[in-house]
Amino acid sequence: MNLNKWIEDNTYHHSAFADLKELVEQKEKSGLTISLCIPTLNEERTIGKEVVIFKSELMNRYPLVDEIAIIDSGSKDRTLEVASSFGADTYLSEEILPEEGSKRGKGENLWKAIYQLKGDIIVYIDADIKNIHPRFVYGLIGPLIKRPEVSYVKAFYDRPLAFSDSIRPSGGGRVTEILTRPLFSLFFPELTAIIQPLSGEYAVRRNVLEKISFPVGYGVETSHLLDVYQTHGMKAFAQTDLDQRVHRNQETRALGKMSFGILQTFLNRLYSYGTIQSDYEIQTVLRQFQVQNEKYETVEYNIPEYERPPMITIPAYRKLRGLPPLKDKK
Amino acid sequence: MILEELDDYLVQLEDFRETVLSTMVMVNEIPAPTFKERNRAEFLVDRFSELEMLNASIDEKDNVLGIIPGKVGDRDILIVAHLDSLFNETVDHTVTLEPSMAIGPGVGDNSLGAAVLGTLPFIMERIGLELDANLVLLGSSRSLGRGDLEGLRFVLDNYKRPFTAAVCLEGIRLGRLSFSSIGMLRGELTYRIPEEYDWTKFNSVGAIVDMNDMINRILEIPLPRKPKTTIVMGQMEAGTSYNTLPTKAKLRFEIRSESEEIVSELATRINFLAEEMTSKTGAKVEFKEIARRRPGGTDFSHPLNTISREILKRLDIKPRITPSSSEVAALIEKGIPAITIGLTNGENAGEPEESVLIKPISKGLAQLMALLKAIDMGCANES
Repeated sequence: MNLNKWIEDNTYHHSAFADLKELVEQKEKSGLTISLCIPTLNEERTIGKEVVIFKSELMNRYPLVDEIAIIDSGSKDRTLEVASSFGADTYLSEEILPEEGSKRGKGENLWKAIYQLKGDIIVYIDADIKNIHPRFVYGLIGPLIKRPEVSYVKAFYDRPLAFSDSIRPSGGGRVTEILTRPLFSLFFPELTAIIQPLSGEYAVRRNVLEKISFPVGYGVETSHLLDVYQTHGMKAFAQTDLDQRVHRNQETRALGKMSFGILQTFLNRLYSYGTIQSDYEIQTVLRQFQVQNEKYETVEYNIPEYERPPMITIPAYRKLRGLPPLKDKK
Repeated sequence: MILEELDDYLVQLEDFRETVLSTMVMVNEIPAPTFKERNRAEFLVDRFSELEMLNASIDEKDNVLGIIPGKVGDRDILIVAHLDSLFNETVDHTVTLEPSMAIGPGVGDNSLGAAVLGTLPFIMERIGLELDANLVLLGSSRSLGRGDLEGLRFVLDNYKRPFTAAVCLEGIRLGRLSFSSIGMLRGELTYRIPEEYDWTKFNSVGAIVDMNDMINRILEIPLPRKPKTTIVMGQMEAGTSYNTLPTKAKLRFEIRSESEEIVSELATRINFLAEEMTSKTGAKVEFKEIARRRPGGTDFSHPLNTISREILKRLDIKPRITPSSSEVAALIEKGIPAITIGLTNGENAGEPEESVLIKPISKGLAQLMALLKAIDMGCANES
């Protein structure tokens, strides 16, 4: 596949979908319903603004989104109080599908959202965006409404405020450029066309989401791309430039944990696809170092990348969606 | 009749508080220091166009204007909110929303005013409020400081039809009513020591000390108790480090008086002090007039002001009548009955942590709707 051609045909700028009146008309014609999910953990400073802007702009002024739900991992601050005070539906992740138990991690919230939310399209938006704007949602929904063959739309952020040269590097954050893109280049070169594979904002059709498994931790975005690519190829993807995203910057050590989780997910996928073969059991402990009183000591973090199975295999979900029960595997 | 409808408005407008809030956040996060309001104007003109207002456009001064046509359309009522803010582009303009308040630089002055302007057509359509008169919505540029109301003045000089009355929107404070303008002069004193200055000269103390002396001399000028007169020392810039004698200083001040003559007289005296200091110190001290307003306005008993007070009382808000040197002054100069109203309460005005309370916004909106209806029914006309 010619990657430049793919990028040209499948890369958008949010302004292409800014005519919300037209977008709503097309949405209504298509009969699609759209749910917005914001996974949270201690986001009281930014969540109020996200809810108010999305609700008033994309539900009240233009009925593009049918529901907004906060799925929370057990915030200790006022995240849920603030969100519900502005009219969002709020859920505790552990109270959704309680018979399936509860895991910690953003991926868990995203997975449970498939059960809890009703839309044919689910849009996931991180809660820590300081410069939130309706474009974060309509920019991702647009390609799905206008192009039925597209199933998964990923955000990327570009347009630096000032750049003196006509050629500039364009890409993702540190983990993307140091880990993910090199890995994609080694094993799945076509996926390198996704400019920011780890961005936390994407919109996906339910019929694709419900069939993929979800690592509950850092690997969820990577596994999505790999699994959707394995099943549908690049034709399922599109990406939208949402301009600038202002958010908290993470320390390098935190990025180390993130990379460790992503790498586990990636290697597990390589084994399960049969891309590489090995009996080696991947370790789940990340070791970092710190100095105390001039002595070096190891700090160990156990970061197992537990995975939730495809939602469509969960009995309660099948019942909710009117699907026949799966036959027991003997 | 209008007062009776206020209770209904209050209930209906609860539903629009979040629409206003969301617009306010988006307006506020577009920096708009005076003379750089273009991006904010573009945001609002998009809103006006989406809402299918007539003549939605940005003019050569970066004012944004749109018209809600009236059922009869024989009169034009002007609603104005200034777009510029006190904060420059380098300040983080992010707004934080808490359940009871919104916090961010400029939310009250005047992102909330601009947001209400931007959502007014939507709200009026949803609650079914139609006026006989045309409603001209103006987001005015170049209002503050050196802007000296340039945007609004441009519209008043060039709009082809007369305005029956005008309402100016300010984010804070609910209960505020300004229908008169005091005499005002904004001035700037600059002190510059020339390059060839002889620092060995006795008494070379630098710009700060000399400017301090200048301030003391200004404060020694006797001010009359009647007509009420004050001089506000608002801003000063000088110096670079602990141990360098500063060669430049700048003082910004405002003379306010109920009498135009006293304003002129004080300006002359300050100019004289500047000349005196130039001759005494060898530094160059210059006085520059930045803006001037003539005192004026409508009477307390003018029907527009009377109904404004009655609306507030019905909403259980105590009217706070204050003269103004902002938009209302330019309107008064043109003989247009005008009033400034506040839309909610807030704190830390002019600070990066400026905040506005969310709940009272619906009262502010109800006040505006009732006032528009009253003006439409002719209450701005003196019998």
